[in-house]
Amino acid sequence: MLQDKDRIFTNLYGDFGRDIKSAKVRGDWKDTKEIIAKGKDWIINEVKLSELRGRGGAGFPTGMKWSFAPKEVKPGRPHYLVINADESEPGTCKDRDILRFEPQKLIEGCLIASYAVNANACYVYIRGEYLAESKILQEAIDEAYKEGLLGKNACGTGFDLDIHIHLGAGAYICGEETALLESLEGNKGQPRLKPPFPALIGLYGCPTIVNNVETIAVVPTILRRGGKWFAGFGRPKNTGTKIFCISGNVNNPCNVEEEMGIPLKDLIEKHAGGVIGGWDNLQAVIPGGSSMPLLSKSICETIKMDFDSLVEAKSGLGTAGIVVIDKSQDIVKVIARIARFYKHESCGQCTPCREGSGWMWRMLERIAKGDAEVAELDMLMDVTKQIEGHTICAFGEGSSWPVQGLLRHFRTEMEERLTHKKNI
Amino acid sequence: MPKVKVDGIEVEVPQGATVLQACEVAGKEIPRFCYHERLSIAGNCRMCLVEMEKSPKPVASCAMPVADGQVIYTNTELVKKARQGVMEFLLINHPLDCPICDQGGECDLQDQSMKYGVDKSRYELNKRSVKEKYMGPLIKTVMTRCIHCTRCVRFAEEIAGVPEIGAINRGENMEITTYLEKTLDSELSANVIDLCPVGALTSKPYAFEARPWELTKTESIDVMDAVGSNIRVDTKGWEVKRILPRINDEINEEWLSDKSRYACDGLSKNRLDTPFIKVEGKLKACSWDDAFKYIAENTKGFTGDKVFGAVGDLVDVETMYMFKKFFKDVLSSDNIDFRQTNYFIDPSHKVNYLFNTSIARLEEADLVVLVGTNPRLEATILNARIRKAYVARKAKVYSIGDVGDLTYPHENVGSSLSAIGDILAKNGKIYNSLKSAKKPVFIIGESGLSPNGEYVLETIKKILKDNNFLNNDWNGLNILHQNASSVGAIYLNLLKSNFLEDLNNDTLKVVYLLGADQIKVKPVNKFIIYQGTHGGLNSKIADVILPGAAYTEKQGLYVNTEGRVQDANKASFPPGNAKEDWKIFRALSDVFKKTIDINSHLILRENLFKEYPIFKEVDELPKSEIDSLTFKNVTPVNGNIKIADFDFYFSNIIAASSKTMDECKKAKQILQKTGTDN
Repeated sequence: MLQDKDRIFTNLYGDFGRDIKSAKVRGDWKDTKEIIAKGKDWIINEVKLSELRGRGGAGFPTGMKWSFAPKEVKPGRPHYLVINADESEPGTCKDRDILRFEPQKLIEGCLIASYAVNANACYVYIRGEYLAESKILQEAIDEAYKEGLLGKNACGTGFDLDIHIHLGAGAYICGEETALLESLEGNKGQPRLKPPFPALIGLYGCPTIVNNVETIAVVPTILRRGGKWFAGFGRPKNTGTKIFCISGNVNNPCNVEEEMGIPLKDLIEKHAGGVIGGWDNLQAVIPGGSSMPLLSKSICETIKMDFDSLVEAKSGLGTAGIVVIDKSQDIVKVIARIARFYKHESCGQCTPCREGSGWMWRMLERIAKGDAEVAELDMLMDVTKQIEGHTICAFGEGSSWPVQGLLRHFRTEMEERLTHKKNI
Repeated sequence: MPKVKVDGIEVEVPQGATVLQACEVAGKEIPRFCYHERLSIAGNCRMCLVEMEKSPKPVASCAMPVADGQVIYTNTELVKKARQGVMEFLLINHPLDCPICDQGGECDLQDQSMKYGVDKSRYELNKRSVKEKYMGPLIKTVMTRCIHCTRCVRFAEEIAGVPEIGAINRGENMEITTYLEKTLDSELSANVIDLCPVGALTSKPYAFEARPWELTKTESIDVMDAVGSNIRVDTKGWEVKRILPRINDEINEEWLSDKSRYACDGLSKNRLDTPFIKVEGKLKACSWDDAFKYIAENTKGFTGDKVFGAVGDLVDVETMYMFKKFFKDVLSSDNIDFRQTNYFIDPSHKVNYLFNTSIARLEEADLVVLVGTNPRLEATILNARIRKAYVARKAKVYSIGDVGDLTYPHENVGSSLSAIGDILAKNGKIYNSLKSAKKPVFIIGESGLSPNGEYVLETIKKILKDNNFLNNDWNGLNILHQNASSVGAIYLNLLKSNFLEDLNNDTLKVVYLLGADQIKVKPVNKFIIYQGTHGGLNSKIADVILPGAAYTEKQGLYVNTEGRVQDANKASFPPGNAKEDWKIFRALSDVFKKTIDINSHLILRENLFKEYPIFKEVDELPKSEIDSLTFKNVTPVNGNIKIADFDFYFSNIIAASSKTMDECKKAKQILQKTGTDN
């Protein structure tokens, strides 16, 4: 269990004020000038030492990402920092609470990260549905400008930074970093081909670093308390603290900041008040937002919540949006609903995802009704394999993994349903 | 240059090439739908997936840049499975209506499904259907067939410069549309039909006309403008069913203007298929003998200065040569001109009247100055090259004379001739751009050469000379002709001064119009012979009509505005009693008892080449002889350049006879209407 003294987000539940004064009392903006004075290399190195991995889902080492940005700014090619606040993954609501209750942590992180990657402009791309949160963030930004923490000579560092907020229009795909950049530029939100990666050719063709809200918000605390401190939590390559979002069939759905590698059972039992109807009523858990394959109960008994353990269990930490599914749910219908979500959110650019996501959904709907042949399960698996890894962005995986997880862990139940044509 | 291994074959490819190109160098065929050499890379069809060592996923070869030491496999089980998967996905929502699809027989989806797909479908649900979209009178849409490769979208945006096609909606509801379902405002619009790999965008005028394997394909040259686009004429029996572009990187790459492609239905309408003579004020069909006799009787005694020949815009070199020979040998006259309006031509040196930079090298230009020309309408394909220069290196474009929308940004510096004088005097915006330009191009149109053509030409020559842009490395002086016959006629020296005044002169007794439809002749006290293909204003005032052959119906040489001689093949034959034009002169010379002794096309060419060796260099650019160019001092004149109206869809007699061109013109008029019209 994480002790209170080690919490980064001390106002995660909004118990205290979000205004800049209260934030400063909690320790935000403390020694920011001194941290920046230590220089870019020190900052990037310290973040590398902390082994911080991106909190948006893919888990890419943040320090390494920053070091990809060109060292020198070429004339006519400014660098940009883009904050991905397009939090649309079902089951995930961590960034929302950061925006609502800890906006100064994000803003301070923006300043440090922008300095580290030579960006004088920072864009925060917020999903359209977070209108209220965007207003809160704008207020917080205004406060920071008033205090001289942003703008010309931000925080007395001699470095200039402007932060702009851009509201998305509610498309899930715009959370993919290159689709986000397209959307930010005013185009249709469709992922770009990689390579080239945004760190070299990103927003308006200029070097751009795209980071998740949580990733940036933890950076100031890491630098204040030292990368070693952060790396002291969890295990190597899976370090630090992380906000877990626990929802679904639990008694007390919540967001909680915990140490990386905490057992899933602890999270559910201790923080979320346990599974409705008791642990034995558990059917499955989606550990990392809707795009990650679900885990069966037997795995949930022992699994530790970090990147590598979940990959070993053929799933992933993703955004750490934990969705608990108890035995009262029809698991096939649950996944069919998720498949429908992905069919609806596919951008339509690549063939496999455009055509395959709808096919998977329709098949699952029929399987859920028991209106299909057993042989179709193999075909369904085949279709997911034909999508996975064959697309421009990771949406192909995101849409096919939940279905693969279902087939991996609940195949016998599905076969039974189809053999007996049980119409549930 | 990076070395890449493709299926064990080591190949070296230039830096910046893609894996797909490397595979092609290694002789491996990579299937593709969205990739097109001349468009930007989209990478969305996923058909070109290949396996790359050290990559966990298969990579899209069209989008992956090569790097030294890459190891690529194109024939593994993984690749085969990936292709089959993509093929299956493409086909689940593609209608199986190949028997009624016009793309059948030349469909990429059909071909690749045969080679890379599986033999049956596992998809048992209903297929998606998509509403048709209106894209104008040329493009027929069956959007259910669309596979969303976005080639059309990229073409419209990048090449045509009219970002009017795009995709709306998301996922499986994505649809390609022109947003407001209006006609595409482009003269290149029909190229999306060629680009479409399936039957989603097909040709409206050609709908259900023929199957590709029924057509006879003949390589030819387009005559709708002076660019000389390379075309393929597809005929079924006598009728020209369609015209498609041939790839020629020097000229049209693989594009074709809408007029060149679709004016061909004018070849079967309004044709002159038998000789006519005027009896009591009315034209009456007659035999060739009667027509010839009538000509001989009425022209008796008129030779030399009493006769005049006007050459039209679509005439081939052989016909003009025979025309000249006929005038010289039979009528003892040199009075022939190819111009139908009066503009200045200095035939003394090739550089004075050719497009010297060459069309292909226009791409390299960083400054383009248009002097009295609207290349978008006068030479659509050439305009696409200027756009390419703009896209590639942000070439600055200035226009002297108001031209309207050119599909790329340009600055109009007014229409006064002083704009040219300013450059010479090292003043003004254009001079400032010229100072820093490395490869500037001046393009002078026919409107720029009239009425103060000599001043314009000589001043621009001097500007280029002063700034050292008139040499063997870079020649920035360009004359843009409008007609396919113009340069060939200048090569044959078919020029006469003051010909327009002479036409209204009573001393002129015989006017021979060789396909000349735009020239204005006062039909008083003159005997007018019209030899041509279509009925028009000038055939109505004629006393005798001799029916000739259109450009698809005879073998002929054409010289484009660059001075490039090109050979057009005979795809069809003249209708009814009409004859190939050189034969008409041959026969007519017999009637005058002054036989021209040329009895076959082969001998005609031999004679032509002997007399004018320049025509022998087929497909070659003429040699630059810039050192012998002479300069003249001209006194500055005041005046304006007025760009003459150019009716793109009706600019010649074939286009004017075409129903499709008529529809295009009407569609364009609707497009130009604003909310306040009606």
